[in-house]
Amino acid sequence: MAKQIYFDDVEVGHELAPLIKHPTTQQLVKWAGASDDYYQIHYDKDFALANNLPGVIVHGWLTFSFLGQLVTDWMGYEGTLRKIGCNYRGMNFPNQDTICRGKVTKKYVKDGENIVELEIKAENPKGDVLVPGNATVVLPSRKK
Amino acid sequence: MVQESAITEEMRSAVGVDSPPVVYDIEKGAVKKFALAIEDPNPLYQDENVARKTEYGGIIAPPTFPSMLRNPAVVDKVFNFKTPLKGLLNGGNELEYLKPIKVGDVISVTAKLVDIKERTGAMGKMIFFFAETAYKNQKGEVVCLGRQTLIRHEVKEKK
Repeated sequence: MAKQIYFDDVEVGHELAPLIKHPTTQQLVKWAGASDDYYQIHYDKDFALANNLPGVIVHGWLTFSFLGQLVTDWMGYEGTLRKIGCNYRGMNFPNQDTICRGKVTKKYVKDGENIVELEIKAENPKGDVLVPGNATVVLPSRKK
Repeated sequence: MVQESAITEEMRSAVGVDSPPVVYDIEKGAVKKFALAIEDPNPLYQDENVARKTEYGGIIAPPTFPSMLRNPAVVDKVFNFKTPLKGLLNGGNELEYLKPIKVGDVISVTAKLVDIKERTGAMGKMIFFFAETAYKNQKGEVVCLGRQTLIRHEVKEKK
């Protein structure tokens, strides 16, 4: 994990270090088991094709989890995640990179808390935004 | 031209109905397995020695862990609604955290449908189901609120 980031050091437009994940079909099965989600479009190609999909697809929740890691890696142990959300706009396919990016869209102090709002997204290797989202984080301040 | 609504009475009558709670013990092994599945090596999810020294005082669950704290009632309802729209997709998720979910917590999960809308898009006719899930700990405190959009959509017959 990177060293702690502080509210004082963050400006609007600041970009998070990208996180590159590579979900394999094996990871989809691991996710299915760990999350107890056995919907067949994520591991049974015949079933996926019969449902008019081009093949098995990555669970939306798994891509969402990658975005969670993007934000928690960035905010460090002393950051607090308040809210994270996303929309599943495009299909994410296994065995290719998922590139997670984020940037600061707002920073302000509210009720004594240092709040940072982020725009986050998961892209495929072509640069298509598959899963756009937002997150709200509370960061520590250097001035204590 | 007036088109018949794809939203049925069965769907409408399900809105606002809270499902009975499903209760989960948050086990260290399940949290670790989840962290391994998402391939997130953050020590807060696995390493007691590191987690203990943080403000959490122990192992916490990753942000998307509530995905496995499922109350299947709403998704099952949406899956089983009688409609010619055969496909089911997850449109989006949002999680709002009021407190961390920690190993040792007992989390009670209730869910309900809060709204239904129909649209026509790239996949043809679609119905959007908006669901809310509340996660409460053993003290009765809401630790997390989940919002999910489920989509029933047309599945075109293969030629």
